[in-house]
Amino acid sequence: MPIYEVTEGSSSGTSFYEYQGRYHGIFSWIFSTDHKRIGILYLAAIMVFFSIAVVLGFLMRLELIAPGPTIMKPQTYNAIFTLHGVIMLFLFVIPGIPVIFGNFFLPIQIGARDVAFPRVNLLSWWVYMTGAALVILSLFTGGGPIDTGWTFYAPYSLRTTVNVPLAVFAVFVLGFSSILTGINFVTTTHRLRAPGMTWFRLPLFVWSLYATAWVQILATPVVGITLLLTLMERMVGVGVFDPAKGGDPILYQHLFWIYSHPAVYIMILPAMGVISEIIPVFSRKTIFGYKAVAFSSIAIALVGSFVWGHHMFVSGQSDLASVIFSLLTFLVAIPSAVKVFNWVATLYKGSIELAPPLLFALTFIFLFAIGGLMGLFQGALATDVHLHDTYWVVAHFHYVIFGGMGFTFFGSFLYWFPKMFGRMYRKRISYISWFFLFIGFNTLYFSMVILGWEGMPRRYYDYLPQFHTLHLISTIGSWILIAGLILFFGNLLHALFRGEKGEDNPWRAATLEWQIPSPPPTENFEKIPTVDRGPYDFREK
Amino acid sequence: MQTYKDYTGSKIGMWLFLLSEILLFGGLFILYSTYRYKFPADFHLAAGELNRIVGTFNTLILLTSSLTMALSISSIQKGNRKISMILVMATLLLGLVFLLNKYFEWATKLHHGVYPNSPTLLERNKGEVLFYGLYYAMTGLHGLHVLVGLCLLAGLCVLIHKEKINRTSFVMLENSGLYWHLVDIIWIFLFPLFYLIT
Repeated sequence: MPIYEVTEGSSSGTSFYEYQGRYHGIFSWIFSTDHKRIGILYLAAIMVFFSIAVVLGFLMRLELIAPGPTIMKPQTYNAIFTLHGVIMLFLFVIPGIPVIFGNFFLPIQIGARDVAFPRVNLLSWWVYMTGAALVILSLFTGGGPIDTGWTFYAPYSLRTTVNVPLAVFAVFVLGFSSILTGINFVTTTHRLRAPGMTWFRLPLFVWSLYATAWVQILATPVVGITLLLTLMERMVGVGVFDPAKGGDPILYQHLFWIYSHPAVYIMILPAMGVISEIIPVFSRKTIFGYKAVAFSSIAIALVGSFVWGHHMFVSGQSDLASVIFSLLTFLVAIPSAVKVFNWVATLYKGSIELAPPLLFALTFIFLFAIGGLMGLFQGALATDVHLHDTYWVVAHFHYVIFGGMGFTFFGSFLYWFPKMFGRMYRKRISYISWFFLFIGFNTLYFSMVILGWEGMPRRYYDYLPQFHTLHLISTIGSWILIAGLILFFGNLLHALFRGEKGEDNPWRAATLEWQIPSPPPTENFEKIPTVDRGPYDFREK
Repeated sequence: MQTYKDYTGSKIGMWLFLLSEILLFGGLFILYSTYRYKFPADFHLAAGELNRIVGTFNTLILLTSSLTMALSISSIQKGNRKISMILVMATLLLGLVFLLNKYFEWATKLHHGVYPNSPTLLERNKGEVLFYGLYYAMTGLHGLHVLVGLCLLAGLCVLIHKEKINRTSFVMLENSGLYWHLVDIIWIFLFPLFYLIT
């Protein structure tokens, strides 16, 4: 029961996997300008980096299983926690959902054949891969792997002997890729919507990608220049962040967080978009308060750009600045809460089907609510003095980023896998993997909540004996979590090669991507559809 | 597969890119204003040493190059391919002269031992060290943008010659023009900040 009239087959009648373009073999992928192929390219690359970063996290936890040296030296530990952060954030979480699922589904959801600048899209993948290659290269050249933490704080990053220059340059390159994707998505949303696809008929995933893209365009250049200056500082010693020469390291922190705080919204907004897709589909009900959800994305992007100072409450910035940043931080909780309440209201009296994607979406709400509320403790000036730089902070951002973006990333897979690959995974196994992920996650990170509250500082190689039990529990949690990850992705890999052929619209969803064959044909639509209803209108035509 | 062209889309994309460029320089302008506020006297001293005549000359050159760039676009719109090409080349030439001037300016400073981390500079006040640090960082990054612009202009000459850029399809020329004007505007801010306000 297609809601939109779409002619069977497409321009070539074959799926985009089978379509032969100008090139063959591997070149038909790495030189393809098809947004779907680029999405898959990103997927392949990102899964590799994600696995590496998971292993690094696993090793870190293993070191902390008991006090004192366990499996590595302190310097190795410093390098590993830095790399875990750099790879997870810059190579997985920040690009993550937009470049994989955004690339694949943004054009289809708005009824377009591709993004506005397909060649720039391919370029951004190449730039991303170049940045990633430079990160890897920085480990084995110069003074070896960086040990500054993912924030590269001056003046330590100016003094340490390890290979900071190449690493910061690599992150600069990755930022460039992010800007190009942002420009592409904003232009695509403005120019390529199908006839009848008005702004308020856009799927909410598109709204969230649109808000994210603006943050990518406006915030990324600021970290770009900060990293370039750090590079110049290391190469020629311009002095702008070096206290010995009159420079102010606090300014480094300001410039760094002007980007890196909005960056957490680059991470979480697309995830919120996915949740806004999944919840209406599995409660067979239109989203509660479409406009509120759409505009709260913009509000989060906007207000979120002015809260960076809350990372610096104990840095010695002025009290007035701290008070203002604290107030703004509390304000950003409002649009986030608007979303959560609207999702819950959507579920209310819906015809709920607890399919795997919805299970992960609900887990997102649960974990994100915990992480978000923990954020309010840090946003309050007095409590932050106690919590700053402890495991509480580590737990907080793992709850919002892993519990939020991570679980949504898994949910996106479960939701769109049948469309992307035309095959269905085993639902039973995805439920079981959810159980391991959920239990493992909370064992791993809730221990950190308590550890932080009790005063365990973050980034430490060793700890006092009184923290031993919780560290041990946390490490055991990491094993359960990894078991869940193996089961989850093993299930998907199995489905990729052996899975049953999926239907075109297994979830009976109403957005455009479900009205075309699975996997989608090259150029998506033979005839551009005309849209006459909203994205969550499940009435049959 | 049909070719797809979207004039407005291309322009939107370019404007978004320019916006990100402004924010790239924005970080440097924040640093400049903070340090100027912190070390007004040192900035005054250091700025007095820059050669205002060379600076003014370079400003004039860059403004003229923006004019030739704009004229080349209206020429192509009227179908005067040859004139458009000459104007792009003129822009390229003016850009080269700008960089040449910059080169001599930097060379003189280096000759006097005033460059980041130099012993001569480090003996001076902290504000002056920062002034010159920012001077090299900001004019350097700007110079890099001029250099990229020159490569773009050279590419445009080829495309106009091949008639890939023509009366009906000139958005690439226009977008490059926008980029060139941005480079110009950034200089318009750099010039007073380093040469005029002492």
